[in-house]
Amino acid sequence: MAETITLEVARYSPERDAAPAFQSYPVPLRKDWVVLDALNYIKDKVDGTLTFRWSCRMGICGSCGMMVNGEPKLTCATFLSNYAPGPICVEPLRYFPVVRDLVIEMTDFMVKLQSVKPWLIRAEEKPLAEGEYLQTPDELNAYKQFSMCINCMLCYAACPVYGLDPLFSGPAAIALAQRYNLDSRDQGSRQRLEILSQHEGIWGCTFVGECTQVCPKHVDPAGAIQQYKLTAAKEWFKSLLMPWGAK
Amino acid sequence: MRTSEVNRTTEYTLYHPRWYRQRVSTYWWLWKWPYLKFVLRELSSVFVAYFVVLTLAQVRCLSAGPEAYAEFRQWMKNPFFLLLNGVSFIFVLLHTMTWFNLAPRAMVLRVRGARVPDAWIAGANYVAWLGVSGGVAWLLLR
Repeated sequence: MAETITLEVARYSPERDAAPAFQSYPVPLRKDWVVLDALNYIKDKVDGTLTFRWSCRMGICGSCGMMVNGEPKLTCATFLSNYAPGPICVEPLRYFPVVRDLVIEMTDFMVKLQSVKPWLIRAEEKPLAEGEYLQTPDELNAYKQFSMCINCMLCYAACPVYGLDPLFSGPAAIALAQRYNLDSRDQGSRQRLEILSQHEGIWGCTFVGECTQVCPKHVDPAGAIQQYKLTAAKEWFKSLLMPWGAK
Repeated sequence: MRTSEVNRTTEYTLYHPRWYRQRVSTYWWLWKWPYLKFVLRELSSVFVAYFVVLTLAQVRCLSAGPEAYAEFRQWMKNPFFLLLNGVSFIFVLLHTMTWFNLAPRAMVLRVRGARVPDAWIAGANYVAWLGVSGGVAWLLLR
């Protein structure tokens, strides 16, 4: 018989359970299998009621984020062999409400993401005939790192500030706001600053730094927030010294 | 039922009663070392503030004359203050070093389009720290 490893999977049925409980599933320990493969094996061969999100299986879609042995991970990029001999504890992403089993409710994140206006804002659109907005490689590099975010929400699950204060905008939303602020084509930084300079915005962050550690795309949301704080502080000083300046 | 009515009745709620929400433990900072390190770093601010107050008290005693300063020094020889100052010193070192190491994350400097390496930014802070400390030591020990 092939070698196996046990997955301790958090199960929660809203119709039946008051709280999640763990269920053990032995799965084949294959060198090329990731945690997501094991979950799909359970769903296909052992227990079809197990519920979880996944899509691309290549670390692009950001759907399969879960807590693996207490750490936020993309399960499509987390190999079983790294946890041998096991067991491996799989739970839904921390700090989010659980809908069922490993599926979390993400509307709070989506609302916050939308609130920071993560799109190009132009004071005035250039006529189409003048062509596209061009950028130099340096202008692209200014924000490229922050544009790699895949909205997987691992950073929220790693952020104790978000856990303690659910009103906090959170790492990914702020990093994406910064991504557009640094884009040479964007003119909406003042609009975003009004939203993010509130207490629940950038000032809620106490620089724990774990968001950056768990980010599978090396976005460095913690760095983005601190850089945003510097910008906000400079803007505040400018408004203090030149109150007649443009709002 | 019309579509608009369906949309109204199926309106999304942020507070569904059947979703499970786990309370964050009071002891979340003991879950792992980076969280504990963060809390210690935050706590270090208290000791930084203590050293500021202590320095102000020292300056005040110094300006009040030799007797007041001798009394201050006598207080500092008390085992309680020796222990407190020793612990405070360790926390101030932790405070300084952790923030210096984090500085490159907040400061993005570019020279001719290229980002200045993190080690240079952190290193500049350490060099400035050593320079100021050396200057203070020279003033006190000359």
